[in-house]
Amino acid sequence: MPEPKRRSLRSALTSRPAWGQALVAVLLGALGFAAALQVRVNDAEGVYPGARRGDLIELLDSLDAANARAEKQINELETTKRELQTSTTATQTALLEARREASTLAILAGTVPARGPGVVIRIDDPEAAVSAVTMLNAIEELRDAGAEAIEINNSARVVAQTYFAVSDGTLTIDGAEVRPPYVIDAVGSAATLSVAVGFPGGLQDEVQALGGSVTVEQTDALDVTALAEERTPEYAQPAP
Amino acid sequence: MIPVLGLVAGVVAGLLLQPTVPVPLQPYLPIAVVAALDAVFGALRAYLDGIFDDKVFVISFVSNVVIAALIVYLGDQLGVGGQLSTGVIVVLGIRIFSNVAAIRRHVFHA
Repeated sequence: MPEPKRRSLRSALTSRPAWGQALVAVLLGALGFAAALQVRVNDAEGVYPGARRGDLIELLDSLDAANARAEKQINELETTKRELQTSTTATQTALLEARREASTLAILAGTVPARGPGVVIRIDDPEAAVSAVTMLNAIEELRDAGAEAIEINNSARVVAQTYFAVSDGTLTIDGAEVRPPYVIDAVGSAATLSVAVGFPGGLQDEVQALGGSVTVEQTDALDVTALAEERTPEYAQPAP
Repeated sequence: MIPVLGLVAGVVAGLLLQPTVPVPLQPYLPIAVVAALDAVFGALRAYLDGIFDDKVFVISFVSNVVIAALIVYLGDQLGVGGQLSTGVIVVLGIRIFSNVAAIRRHVFHA
């Protein structure tokens, strides 16, 4: 059995050409051509050009999903960023507010110099008759007229704790002697402050009755440079 | 002899000319190649059985290729192209294996 078959295989390779064989050869050539072509296409162009539509759609879908995930992540991070920025802004605003309040309080406490329009009141007192009460009245009148920063003789800043006293016939403010002529610098509305000094029965009349004289000078830029001692409350604590 | 020369010539031409495959045909080319391979192995087996016939081979070759491409085309139209082409490859692969087994028995008596 095997012998004739082997011979037939040999004879297949050596047999004479015929039209049928030529046709077979053409078909085999087409097969070889297509196979080589397919192998080369697979090697050269990667997966995508030869992929079917369904696979490509699936691939695209997975890419879309990944994209959506990434976008979601971006949104979350942006939200976090905004929140952080908002909180930073809030902190800065609070800080600014606190600084403004601190500077306001510093002027009220007399721990920083102040500048603004106001009046310079000069009290000539040749007979040394102006008492602590008179001076206190003058300060109260000025405060009533809206004076925001007051100093006397460029040395004594008048604040909430300031006290007036007379020691050995000399006026003292916060324990420091102040001698006439007294010069009161008051920052505030210049016109209102002038009126507060000059109204009938006011500081001017009072000092004139004591034998002195008062001059009031309005100014647009007044510097109050004297500073009050900074005091930390020893007993008083903020009530809750 | 001539068919073997034709095969070699086809491979060489495919490698040297480097033509591009038209995009619409790209999904069908690998299936067509496998179907043609099935026809070739079937022909080889028939030859060794002594019942080879040129006409039968040509017809089986062409019909194999056309039917395989048609099935895949139909699958693409139905939306199951990927699965159907896998099925065609499996069936053709089984046929090729059985043909090769028969050829092996003829050649090696085993």
